[in-house]
Amino acid sequence: MNINVKIKSLIIDKPLKLDCGQTINNFPLAYETYGVLNKKRDNAILVFHALTGDQFVSGINPITKKDGWWSYAVGSDKAIDTNKYFIICANVIGGCLGSFGPSNINPKTNKVYGTTFPIITINDMVNAQYNLLKFFKIEKLFAVIGGSMGGMQALQFVSNFPNKTKIAIPIATTSNHSAQNIAFNELGRQSIMADPNWVNGDYSNQNKNPNKGLSVARMAAHITYLSKNGLQDKFGRKLQESDDLKFSFDADFQIESYLRHQGSVFVDRFDANSYLYITRAMDYFDLIKQHDGNLSKAFIDTKTKFLIISFTSDWLYPSSENKEIVIALNAIGADVGFVEIESDKGHDSFLLNTSSFLDTLKDYINTSYQNNK
Amino acid sequence: MKQEFKIIADLIESNTRVLDVGCGDGTLMEFLKNNKKLDIRGIEISKNNVQQCIGKGLTVIEGNAETDLSQFPDGSFDFVILSQTLQAFLNPEKVISELLRVGKKAIVTIPNFGYWKVRLHLLIKGTMPITRTLPDEWYNTPNLHMCTIQDFFIFCKKREINLYNSIALQNLKSSKITSTNLTLKNLTAVLGIFLIEK
Repeated sequence: MNINVKIKSLIIDKPLKLDCGQTINNFPLAYETYGVLNKKRDNAILVFHALTGDQFVSGINPITKKDGWWSYAVGSDKAIDTNKYFIICANVIGGCLGSFGPSNINPKTNKVYGTTFPIITINDMVNAQYNLLKFFKIEKLFAVIGGSMGGMQALQFVSNFPNKTKIAIPIATTSNHSAQNIAFNELGRQSIMADPNWVNGDYSNQNKNPNKGLSVARMAAHITYLSKNGLQDKFGRKLQESDDLKFSFDADFQIESYLRHQGSVFVDRFDANSYLYITRAMDYFDLIKQHDGNLSKAFIDTKTKFLIISFTSDWLYPSSENKEIVIALNAIGADVGFVEIESDKGHDSFLLNTSSFLDTLKDYINTSYQNNK
Repeated sequence: MKQEFKIIADLIESNTRVLDVGCGDGTLMEFLKNNKKLDIRGIEISKNNVQQCIGKGLTVIEGNAETDLSQFPDGSFDFVILSQTLQAFLNPEKVISELLRVGKKAIVTIPNFGYWKVRLHLLIKGTMPITRTLPDEWYNTPNLHMCTIQDFFIFCKKREINLYNSIALQNLKSSKITSTNLTLKNLTAVLGIFLIEK
């Protein structure tokens, strides 16, 4: 990982009490911004990233040299228009792109934290990012937007700060992680932990790297981001090189080669311990339990206008789970819109060039901003 | 049908909470929003329509009125509108009872199957009537439960639903329907508009 690239970072001096009980101080929160904050300071959008995302939403990611993770949605004249809005995105705490995370050095021991890093929750991530409002002198955001784990943060943000954003757009998300999703995350964690180079999370201090484990974790997770039909259409049973089976365990099929590639490029940009910490945060997310079994209570004080979006082929965060959020909001008369977008690209639909999704998002954001003036 | 929208707007009081059931592309919602100060929401089954509504900044949820009205608490809206869609439901009776549970009052409009042109079409041609408000063939119409203004009156009486206001619409002319002129209006009206309450 090339960390010589200049990463913008805010040192948060206000102590943050984490859900696990520990308090952290003077910790870094890495962020990136796009567009310009207007004079009225009413055009700011806080974008939350998903499990393996980072602060580089748009443009060229200086670390990977590839397009930012949400380049289809964020940019000049795009759904989230950098000519009109001031877009902020921070690397979550627990992450590995400059924010306080398990790959940081513990000043007390002069060693990389590894698994001595405290357990982080979605609530902690959001509370850390809330400091960005004060830093940019923003009284109220125009919007909070995020897909998947980013959607969880958007929900948690409104719940924690009911009057700090005008609109909220949680996409392809859930109010609590299902058993199936916890199971998939556990599969990924066990794969990392089974790598002998993980050495109980101490690999950085021992100059080792659990790349095999992390790569298998990514391969397994990647399957869950796609759909059966999407995979069948793209790969089917197509062979990688030869015209016939090789009668070996090489990557005969294109899908095998594709997954191996996904795994291998991932390890170059992601820290294995961060993967453990962030998946744990997702598993622990339960906005219903946080509010005594009643999801509506999470939003009882808010005037925020919601738009919930799901995708037909997303089986990881299916429409039914997104609809539960809509139902909870309707139960208290909150302002909530909901649409399920037709797509065969699975959970990843929100990251891809899904035109009906991007068009709806663009029009909704622009009219909501206009109506607000 | 702009005239229908105007009548609906007149029936709704300002500063109330309104739900448009089967709101289509949001034309009626926008019309009402522009004419009255309202907190208006919509529910619509077609994805394409929902995307258009959301694009216009309207608060609309994708859903099926036959199953998804259950998420709204009792009396959560002052007015619930059902414009020319009652006949398309599998179970109109259940939908009406849901409208009256969710809304304190409901506005229901129906294409009148008792309209003389409809009757004449069937009488003379012997085929299922096709008119401006009923443009589809029998084999591709979404309409499952056509009724007449008179049918709706009888239904409300049977179910002890209070008919607050009944209006007959005939092209651009609108008139009040009463128990004395019911038979005539059932013949001359293209559309019936009813303000009902349980």
